[in-house]
Amino acid sequence: MAESSFELKIITPDRVFYEGTIDMLEMNTTEGEIGVLPGHIPMTVIIKPGVVKIYETNGETKEAAMHAGFVEILPDKVTVLAEIAEWPGEIDIARAEAARARAEARLQEKNPEMDMARAEIALLRAIARISVLK
Amino acid sequence: MASMRDIKRRKSSVQSTQQITKAMKLVSTVKLQRARAAAERSKTYFEHMYKTVQSILAKTGDMKHKYLQESENPKKAVIVITSNRGLAGGYNSNIIKLITRHETWKQEDVVVYAIGSKGRDALARSGYEVKEDWSDIVEEPAYADAMVLTERLLKSFEEGEIGEIYLAYTAFKSTVTHVPTLLKLLPVAKAEASEEEQEVTDNVLMNFEPEEEAALDLLIPKYITSLIYGGLVEAVASENGARMQAMDSATSNAEEMISDLTLKYNRARQSSITQELTEIIAGAEAIS
Repeated sequence: MAESSFELKIITPDRVFYEGTIDMLEMNTTEGEIGVLPGHIPMTVIIKPGVVKIYETNGETKEAAMHAGFVEILPDKVTVLAEIAEWPGEIDIARAEAARARAEARLQEKNPEMDMARAEIALLRAIARISVLK
Repeated sequence: MASMRDIKRRKSSVQSTQQITKAMKLVSTVKLQRARAAAERSKTYFEHMYKTVQSILAKTGDMKHKYLQESENPKKAVIVITSNRGLAGGYNSNIIKLITRHETWKQEDVVVYAIGSKGRDALARSGYEVKEDWSDIVEEPAYADAMVLTERLLKSFEEGEIGEIYLAYTAFKSTVTHVPTLLKLLPVAKAEASEEEQEVTDNVLMNFEPEEEAALDLLIPKYITSLIYGGLVEAVASENGARMQAMDSATSNAEEMISDLTLKYNRARQSSITQELTEIIAGAEAIS
């Protein structure tokens, strides 16, 4: 059995978002939701908009919304390169709700000229933001 | 010799210019510190990004991928990052020279995506095609802007309108050294792996989920975006550094001119006094 904790670093283009030693990490990727424990095989995964859950060694759990980027997983170290990441305190709930309503309406319309993939991602982002706050 | 009044007027004009350059220097010093901090904060991100993309490329070998293949199309899209304001020494002209004096590029093959109005105007004047103007994003570089620009460029690349994408920006080495740099963004060039890197890639057998090719589809746009954003923040730091230097030398030149003019003024004053005295003495002698 490997060590019981590993290092996590979340970097965004304009700041170091999180840095610390943690027990477990949960996040949403293109291949589905995954949890990372210490001693994971080396792997690179791509992030999908969703909630990232950080289980710190002192028993606390932190949540944040993360919208795009990728993760480099090594047995004792995980590096997340996130294009956009937000703590719950940085999210504007009214805006997120409005964005969700807008994206849902666009998906309902089924307008062939509409960029469906884009609307879908916008919807996922809004949902991620809202669920972090709940 | 110029009259006392002329010299005085000249001196006060130089003095007020000096006040302006001094103030501008102080402003750009503060801006430089902020821009430099931003550039340093974002550095970790790009280093990781670069390392990951290169390690994927090293692993995948000669894969045929739309972003890696050389194109037949000679059209080159060049993102030119300059400033919106002048008075920054050679900052803007160095970037423009990078394009106009390029050895192998033909003018008609170059399509300019301008960030910064100085570069846009200068290149348009010398006959380059300026396709898009993004000058306002240089004031406050945001990652979201870089994302939109990347999306548009990749779209024209995929549709075959352009064959290569370059980035022309000023790399920020230190407060006093800024290097005009031309960087090839697409097709992505594989770096010659140094021995040290080779060792790292050999030791860790990285898995990819999704598979490498699909991962590249998603990663390369992010890679390009991060390079453009990195270029932007470095260019802003360089711009303020260059302006600070230019204003510093302007201030010290003004200082020199003022001391020179003060000397001239004093001489003129003395000679006018001497002349007046001689006239009085001559007048007194004539009537006695």
